[in-house]
Amino acid sequence: MENVIEIKGVKKNFGEKTVLKNINLTVTKGENIVVLGKSGQGKSVMIKCIVGMILPDEGSLKVFGDEVCSMSEDTLKAMRTRIGFLFQGGALYDSMTVRENLAFALQRVLKITDENDIENRSKEVLEAVGLSEVIDKMPSDLSGGMRKRMALARTLIVKPEVILYDEPTTGLDTITSKEISQLMLEIHEKYKTSSIIITHDMQCARITGGRVMVLNEGEFIAEGTYTELENCNDEFVKLFFK
Amino acid sequence: MNLSPSLNNFLEKTGEQANFFTSFVRNIFKGGFEWNEFLRQCYVIGYKSLGIVAVTGFVLGFVFTLQSLPTLKEFGAQGYVPSMVCISVIREIGPVITGLICAGKIASSIGAELGSMNVTEQIDSMEISGANPVQYLVVTRILACTCMIPLLTLFADAMSLAGGYIGVNTSTNMSMQLYFIKSVQTLYFSDFFPAVIKTIFFGLAIGFVGCYKGYTSNKGTESVGLAANSAVVAASVWIIILDAIAVQLTSVFVYN
Ligand SMILES: Nc1ncnc2c1ncn2[C@@H]1O[C@H](COP(=O)(O)OP(=O)(O)OP(=O)(O)O)[C@@H](O)[C@H]1O
Ligand SMILES: [Mg+2]
Repeated sequence: MENVIEIKGVKKNFGEKTVLKNINLTVTKGENIVVLGKSGQGKSVMIKCIVGMILPDEGSLKVFGDEVCSMSEDTLKAMRTRIGFLFQGGALYDSMTVRENLAFALQRVLKITDENDIENRSKEVLEAVGLSEVIDKMPSDLSGGMRKRMALARTLIVKPEVILYDEPTTGLDTITSKEISQLMLEIHEKYKTSSIIITHDMQCARITGGRVMVLNEGEFIAEGTYTELENCNDEFVKLFFK
Repeated sequence: MNLSPSLNNFLEKTGEQANFFTSFVRNIFKGGFEWNEFLRQCYVIGYKSLGIVAVTGFVLGFVFTLQSLPTLKEFGAQGYVPSMVCISVIREIGPVITGLICAGKIASSIGAELGSMNVTEQIDSMEISGANPVQYLVVTRILACTCMIPLLTLFADAMSLAGGYIGVNTSTNMSMQLYFIKSVQTLYFSDFFPAVIKTIFFGLAIGFVGCYKGYTSNKGTESVGLAANSAVVAASVWIIILDAIAVQLTSVFVYN
């Protein structure tokens, strides 16, 4: 199987503080990986490294077979257009309406200029996340959970090959969060995307996860399927499944 | 090297600004210019500042005329008031006051806007989605400022003359035609042209400082306020400095 993401021995310090100590992770094509970990353990930092937003201090980081740290500007840009990134905070452009937010992504990433095409794709994706009625609203007029779903819509609309989800269901009620998890699984199965899903939501992990990995103190300390980890004996891992 | 930390810091910041400026210039010519966003920014920056610039310009001309009238009257020279007001407004006061007002209004709002976009990771998000945030956010804003500040200044100048007309008519009775003729009688192209050039640079400075402070702010919430605040301060200082330089240059190249 082809490796889309290959991380070997990645280390990252912020000043004195070591955030990532020794990260090793391989994501093969069409694989879903769930990353669990306590708050502040560097999960977000790790996926930011993957898209070259934060440069690691040591180690090798390959995406689609190319080393991220030594990429030229153009290769980096081309790589990024193939990756979808869902920010923990949503990062919706708050000077644009929902429609413009979606159009911005389509125009810039897929270079689509046809108005009708943009409109249809926007409507389709909004329907999938259950937000059809808000297309002309500003992000500031949406509720927290709606913004979260809107951000998901903006990530999904460009149909990326790899999706990095940073807590896609945090702040949503159990019912919506289950729907979103199922949507993520659906996308995964339909378009054969590979994804890394950072989450604290065990329901989401159970529904979407192929492989579950546990991050603690800058290293992965356990990995396996959901059921394997649920029944494992490690005290720390057990805490997540309580 | 054994430089003091503050000097070190200063050099670092200067280098960073030079870098930012280079990337601004490089991105102007990169292709894929964001015309829509540029026009939207022209609207936001230009049109939305019309009111405050109009009021300031008008009051400036009015007050300036009222203040000069009694003094010049002592010498029996009140007939020179319109042309004096006109020349000082067009050459110096109009550009500087408009520049400072716009530093307060525009540089701060650009600083706050880009600062909050930075904090909420919108800029990162643009970059990751393969868009070019420097081109979309920075180039459009700086160029819009560079185009709109000169226009706003001309508008403020015109409002000042209108204010001056009202001012003159508080004590004497002068027709509008006569006032206008008296105003522009001693106004030469060499008074007008350097002032316009100067305001182009004011616009550039306002846009650049606002964008730089916002774009490079830290990622804490308080840094949004800090970005807005330091943008105003830095832009105002730049305007004063640029004005001093412009005065030196015009007196060397134009008035001798
Ligand atoms: N740009 C940065 N500069 C300095 N320190 C940073 C930076 N980004 C993250 N950190 C630090 O790295 C650590 C890990 O942050 P990160 O955002 O990756 O946590 P996380 O695992 O995603 O937590 P959460 O589940 O709360 O989102 C934190 O201690 C944070 O303070
Ligand atoms: Mg995080």
